[in-house]
Amino acid sequence: MTDTIDDIASEDVPAVESPPGGWRAVAAKEVADHLLSGRFVVLMGVLGIATAAAVFAASGGLRDLGTDTEGITALFLKLFTVAADPVPQSLLFFVGFLAPLLGIMFGFDSVSGERSQGTLPRLLSQPIHRDEVILGKFVAGLAVVTIMLISLVLFVSGIGIFRLGVVPSPGEISRLAVWLVFTIIYVGFWLALATLCSVLAKRAATSVMIPVGIWLVLTVFGGFLISAAAGIISPRDGSEAGEAAYVSTVQSVSQLSPVTLYDLGSNVLLEPDSRVLLASGLVSVEQLDRALITELSLTQSLAVLWPQIAILLAMTSVMFALAYVSFMRDEVRA
Amino acid sequence: MSTTIRSKELTKTYGDHNVVDRLDLDIAAGEVFGLLGPNGAGKTTTILMLLGLVEPTEGSIEVLGLDPRRNPLEVKRRVGYLPDAVGFYDTMTGRENLRFTARLNGLDDFEGQIESLLELVGLAEAADQAAGEYSRGMKQRLGVADALVKSPSVLILDEPTTAIDPEGVGEMLTLIQTLAKDEGVTVLLASHLLHQVQTVCDRVAIFVRGKVVAQGTPHELAKVDKSGRIKVEFRLGGDPASGRANLESVGTVTDVAPGRVPGSWVAELESGSLAPTVTSLVSNGADVIGVHRLDEDLESIYRRYFETREEATA
Repeated sequence: MTDTIDDIASEDVPAVESPPGGWRAVAAKEVADHLLSGRFVVLMGVLGIATAAAVFAASGGLRDLGTDTEGITALFLKLFTVAADPVPQSLLFFVGFLAPLLGIMFGFDSVSGERSQGTLPRLLSQPIHRDEVILGKFVAGLAVVTIMLISLVLFVSGIGIFRLGVVPSPGEISRLAVWLVFTIIYVGFWLALATLCSVLAKRAATSVMIPVGIWLVLTVFGGFLISAAAGIISPRDGSEAGEAAYVSTVQSVSQLSPVTLYDLGSNVLLEPDSRVLLASGLVSVEQLDRALITELSLTQSLAVLWPQIAILLAMTSVMFALAYVSFMRDEVRA
Repeated sequence: MSTTIRSKELTKTYGDHNVVDRLDLDIAAGEVFGLLGPNGAGKTTTILMLLGLVEPTEGSIEVLGLDPRRNPLEVKRRVGYLPDAVGFYDTMTGRENLRFTARLNGLDDFEGQIESLLELVGLAEAADQAAGEYSRGMKQRLGVADALVKSPSVLILDEPTTAIDPEGVGEMLTLIQTLAKDEGVTVLLASHLLHQVQTVCDRVAIFVRGKVVAQGTPHELAKVDKSGRIKVEFRLGGDPASGRANLESVGTVTDVAPGRVPGSWVAELESGSLAPTVTSLVSNGADVIGVHRLDEDLESIYRRYFETREEATA
């Protein structure tokens, strides 16, 4: 009899919702933490120096061309893509190189830090769903990275106007906007990877080493690994057909690495010149020749690029899902 | 009185080891209940199950009439929890840490509440220092304030006095008592510092290796006495052999055995015959240096179980 009463009593309790936007409280706290942290200052400094150096060199190089610049399409975007003495690489290269580091730095201690500070049991005993914790942290990391990237673009615009007197055209602005979103998705991949490691690793030192290791391997040895893998799948026998098969295998395999996906995508997004597109190997001469296009519209670039964007988005989503599931299953132990 | 926390046959197994073994708890509203046991007894695991943070292997739990497995959010909304070795965000101040908790609880107007809680735990002065600069004791006091931010009906405190200085312990225990008596908060207090906390507990359960070995009011437990006889240790000066003979000659004494140090003897007496025994010893000319009861009072229960436990873990 008492059992029945107990059952009814607990059935009657309305399902309790988490306070509206528990994840927002988590995210707001995390953003404030990140913005005040030493690592934010350091990363902002590194990114700022890389940007300043690359863009000053590029704008100097473009200015030396003098009046010839009139013939150049999308001059403003050249600030991102041109490498000129004495800086060996373009801004685009630096952003691609540093983006994983941003994701890793804002994610590697998101859960292991709570553990080592002893705040996790307290946090999890508050009336919010567990997924709001991980979601809030992920959103906060992305928000801070977005702030950094937007200020980078504004910084470049300032230099462009000041040094070259060029103002970005609406077409260039929309390309930059898409590139920003693409870059944020890419950083999101590394952020999710670092978050996953911070759930699984018991110490922050471990959770930073794993994603940094993956980043280094993919960045430094990525090209080598891709050609090695392609060589195994389609061995080069010297024949023309064999060579073509090898090249297409290299292309397919390279889509498995987020690093090469991003490099390819960001180049195509910021280079409306069709020759770049040809060099990327995404389209053949025949496909382009018919229209004799030299400058592509954003829609045309996106039409070529959508598989890469979709793959990268899928990689980021899968990585976040893994981090999410592992956090939900992570048991608090006495 | 209505039941606030109830568990039946609650069991948690890690591997093939029962950390909590068929635990039955029944804690009434407004009661201060002490879960006392050595480290590793399963106290924290029990608490985590009550909060729905750890899935029980078997058994049922009810907190405020709710099942923490089915309704964890409502349980967490109404239960304040001070974890063992509580931690705070080091870069945020004590006050900011409490604000964050208030926001997670969906509270709106919390500044006044936080201020009075900081006063209550004696941290008003240090409220705007970074929590990273707090001592362990200060963190523990902030932890109590943190558990109270949501105005809970149940307060679960895991080792609330471990890192606090003796003076602070008294204040903390008084605070716990006040909350229970004046605010009607039900308190579950887990600790291995039995002597400290037993004074504020209405009831205690002695919890060893996942099992409750004794339960009741501290007063009831102190009366555990099966044979009607008590054990007493006598320290006698002079020649040990004559001391023993002297002791054995007293009529109320049986079973004299050597004690822990030379010249001390453990003897069994009839309950209530301690004073006459000492009187006859003295009148027989024995040099009585010390008398110490060893029988089954609360303290000796603790000692017995805890020493066993330590041997087992060593």
